[in-house]
Amino acid sequence: MYKILEKTPLNPTVTKMVIEAPLVAKKAQPGQFIIFRASEDGERVPLTVADYDREAGTVTIIFQIVGGATMELNALEEGDSLVDFVGPLGTPSKLDGLKKVAVVGGGVGCAIAYPTAKKLHELGAEVHSIIGFRNEDLVILEKEFEAVSSRVVKMSDDGSWGEKGLVTNALQKLIDDGNQYDEVIAIGPLVMMKFVCQLTKKYNIKTTVSMNPIMIDGTGMCGGCRLTVGGETKFACVDGPDFDGHLVDFDEAMHRGSMYRDFEQHERESSCNLLKKEVE
Amino acid sequence: MPNMDPKKCPMPVQDPDVRNKNFEEVALGYTYEMAVNEAKRCLGCRNHPCVAGCPVNIDIPGFIKKVAEEDLEGAYKVLSASSALPAVCGRVCPQENQCEGKCVRGIKAESVGIGRLERFVADWHRTHSTEKAEVPASNGHKVAVIGSGPSGLTAAGDLAKLGYKVTVYEALHTAGGVLVYGIPEFRLPKEIVRQEIEGLKELGVDVETNVVVGKTITIDELFDMGNEAVFIGSGAGLPRFMGIPGESLNGVYSANEFLTRINLMKAYKEGAKTPIQHAKNVAIVGGGNVAMDAARCAKRLGAENVYIVYRRGMEELPARREEVEHAVEEGIIFKTLTNPVEVLGDEKGKVCGMRCVEMELGEPDASGRRRPIEKANSEFVLEVDSMVMSIGTSPNPLIRSTTPGLETNSHGCIITNGDDGLTTRDAVYAGGDAVTGAATVILAMGAGKKAAKAIDEYIKTKDNQ
Repeated sequence: MYKILEKTPLNPTVTKMVIEAPLVAKKAQPGQFIIFRASEDGERVPLTVADYDREAGTVTIIFQIVGGATMELNALEEGDSLVDFVGPLGTPSKLDGLKKVAVVGGGVGCAIAYPTAKKLHELGAEVHSIIGFRNEDLVILEKEFEAVSSRVVKMSDDGSWGEKGLVTNALQKLIDDGNQYDEVIAIGPLVMMKFVCQLTKKYNIKTTVSMNPIMIDGTGMCGGCRLTVGGETKFACVDGPDFDGHLVDFDEAMHRGSMYRDFEQHERESSCNLLKKEVE
Repeated sequence: MPNMDPKKCPMPVQDPDVRNKNFEEVALGYTYEMAVNEAKRCLGCRNHPCVAGCPVNIDIPGFIKKVAEEDLEGAYKVLSASSALPAVCGRVCPQENQCEGKCVRGIKAESVGIGRLERFVADWHRTHSTEKAEVPASNGHKVAVIGSGPSGLTAAGDLAKLGYKVTVYEALHTAGGVLVYGIPEFRLPKEIVRQEIEGLKELGVDVETNVVVGKTITIDELFDMGNEAVFIGSGAGLPRFMGIPGESLNGVYSANEFLTRINLMKAYKEGAKTPIQHAKNVAIVGGGNVAMDAARCAKRLGAENVYIVYRRGMEELPARREEVEHAVEEGIIFKTLTNPVEVLGDEKGKVCGMRCVEMELGEPDASGRRRPIEKANSEFVLEVDSMVMSIGTSPNPLIRSTTPGLETNSHGCIITNGDDGLTTRDAVYAGGDAVTGAATVILAMGAGKKAAKAIDEYIKTKDNQ
């Protein structure tokens, strides 16, 4: 069992948890993920490692409450335990040798982008972070990004926070200002990553994206997480989750991501009802 | 007096039209009377060729004699001396090619129903016996086993009986490997697997789930933790795809994904948290036992038409005869001499058909089977909304890529030194599908058994030096 040591809501739909998982904490690196099950009959769900403390034996996860499984996880409190927490899975991000990097985070993707920005900062790279949210209420990790970036550009869809516009507008501006990046790292919704890649392709800036497809085991066994990258089939769980964004077939990834949308919708609604009943 | 009935007592089964709508076990098992009568068909012949046909060399005439004498606990003791998982083997072994294939009764008539008797004895023990397993005296040595499938569990059981402290590491959240994620409930109830593993725990075996060796810990760290030898039984879990256009469309599953969703995650149950597509027309590509399992699962999920699409003929199907017969009875449609060339999708990226070509058989190839050749102008479209690729698996690269000095062949299979399973790394042994590529439960068990013996000899020799 894996105990929840801390639980902090970051915004109404995003929660941070610190989990006791010494074996995972010992090995975790930025870019890797874990798979959890909140209860005995729960679904296996992958989540990127947001932070880790090797000494304390803890792993931090940040998740958005989107479906039945994340609702179930969010219903647990400090002191409760997850039945399963396995990892670290996937290949760590390759960050060595980068001098100047733009880290682009969209929505809850910022939770995955942050450890990358932090690690780059520790490695001595100059980090420009562009973080975007739909609106002010959904902002997370603002201070954390400020601590590890020499520049933070804040964007919101409705202008209620930072500048109004998309992260791609901000990236375009930074490039126009003459910033030359060794690499752009984009983590967020598929559509955001797709457009970041279209932009950077024009300038031939190497771009890495972190993919988060549907998966079950996370060890290369089911093949459910397969993607087409440069015309080849890759498994996000073992070959990724980081890939060269200019080679990823995003349209196919979007189709595959919608495979169980109806089921998830139903799950979310039934879980909502269940939670409501528990509250009453 | 032996029972000279030329036929073996038939296995009672659920009616095909009933069972293809539920996930309960198909074969119901012998009654007490059936078992005792069938046991009496064994002649107790002098050479007992059946024993040589068994990869774990169970004393078959010995346990059958006990059944004939109605000493079922005695029969179980004989079985469990050689097999860690008799209730599993009695259900899933290809007996027709092994023990039963060698039975002298089979020369002129039908062989003794050895598998059915094995199952009966193991089930009887499970439901009647209250005897606790004796915990063997510790010999003070530690061994780690990677993977809790058939080979790992067998190696663990045999080593524990010799007094070793064994820890089994499993990547998934439930122990059992392919017995849990692969073989469906209706062929091997998961409760049976769970109880067989409980039996190993009673012998002092520790099972650590949620540990991916190669990621969470490495083999070198297992040695640092005081293990004197490591057995790798990590199976062949990496699915193959055909490499044809459209394989990434929604509705195309690997057999591993399809079966894992159903068996491990219980997606067939009402209210399960893990989804699975309930398709109307499903094509399973491949002709092995896994393909039969996938087809029969698809039928039970409510599909109207389930096709086995296989490029050779009915005679060449690699699946066990019994599995094919069960599939036919349950209404699975066999599209043999057919090969898919493209998966067709609709505007939403969902499977809506499969373009196929007809095949004919030419000269035998390297495998000895007649090579399938495409017939000219034979293209047609099979209307399906889901497709399961069941064309084989290879060993997972996670362990070999993180273990310096562990060599594998071009198929990714771990190279071992002959029968004892010693790899190219000192004190590291391997067996089962990780070494052979996808094969059977019982061959994996045989490999686990031999490796356990070799590990014991290695540690004893090392100790005496």
